[in-house]
Amino acid sequence: MTQPVRTGTGEALPLPEGLPGIVADWSSDQRAFKNVSWGKAMMWIFLLSDTFIFGSFLISYMTVRASTTVPWPNVSEVFALTFFGESIPLILIAIMTFILISSSGTMAMAVKYGYERNKKMSAILLLVTAFFGATFVGMQAFEWSKLIADGVRPWGNPMGAAQFGSSFFMITGFHGFHVSVGVVFLIIVAIKVLRGDLDREAPGFLTGRKGNYEMVEVMGLYWHFVDLVWVFIFAFFYLW
Amino acid sequence: MVHAEGQQHTAHAKGQQQHPISVYLWIWGLLFVLSVFSYLVDYFHFQGYLRWSLIVIFMFLKAGLIVAVFMHMIWERLALVYAIVLPPLLLLVLLGIGALEGDYTFITRGIFFGPRS
Repeated sequence: MTQPVRTGTGEALPLPEGLPGIVADWSSDQRAFKNVSWGKAMMWIFLLSDTFIFGSFLISYMTVRASTTVPWPNVSEVFALTFFGESIPLILIAIMTFILISSSGTMAMAVKYGYERNKKMSAILLLVTAFFGATFVGMQAFEWSKLIADGVRPWGNPMGAAQFGSSFFMITGFHGFHVSVGVVFLIIVAIKVLRGDLDREAPGFLTGRKGNYEMVEVMGLYWHFVDLVWVFIFAFFYLW
Repeated sequence: MVHAEGQQHTAHAKGQQQHPISVYLWIWGLLFVLSVFSYLVDYFHFQGYLRWSLIVIFMFLKAGLIVAVFMHMIWERLALVYAIVLPPLLLLVLLGIGALEGDYTFITRGIFFGPRS
């Protein structure tokens, strides 16, 4: 990583007119992130903006929870499940946490096998990751329907502070949406890997960029971020 | 743009993220253990500052492991690390504003909607 990188500023740049010119001028000769492609840098910057979205959600949740004079529902009991006549607190959320962490592990290995050009292992691990993600969303749907059946609404619930419902549906809903989008893209990337699009550098259907195995890593960044957000939601919403 | 992509290929061939699989398996295991710990915090009904500090410690350890290893941050150049990791610290300002606002609303609600003395 210490080798010098050619900046390429000496080369003549094409100067297109109009709208393409704006893009060309802004993207032409300055590169702050030397060792990463702009695809990866842009994914990081997208994740940074997403950090602010989820950060704002969690902070507004803190604000409404601090401001309510009605006691907050006992989260440990609300999310308890009864197995064989015994009520285990928060068990569903714990299982969801383990599933998401496992999906992060398989994703990381899919990236590794992708760079090793091991198409089969990479695609299998991507599909396993997608399966874990879909399982997570399914359990979340179960959790939502259970809470809705218990009378939890965004404007109130029988267990305590009305703000509980709005925070819960907003935060977990937004996170679940991220997971769902991730599952769709995981399947797309898995198909690309399996078909050999990334070996042949076939242009993608949306952007037309040449395929390469870094796409798997960029996909992985998104997926790990989803797991990362869950770590914070788990800590602040379910355990606090 | 064309030349940038070509140059990225040569540059990236060196900076590619290649790590032994044991690294990932280790981190996976650690994340599992940390998750068990944070679940046990709830299971054993720890309360007060002990509960909050344990939750936050396990949370940051997990987040750090994910970002550093799974997202390859420790192997990236510092320019990228700082560009991504430092800006979220701004959220601390929002956190402070939210805490003040929440406390203020709580107090005013107590005054105006609380039981008359």
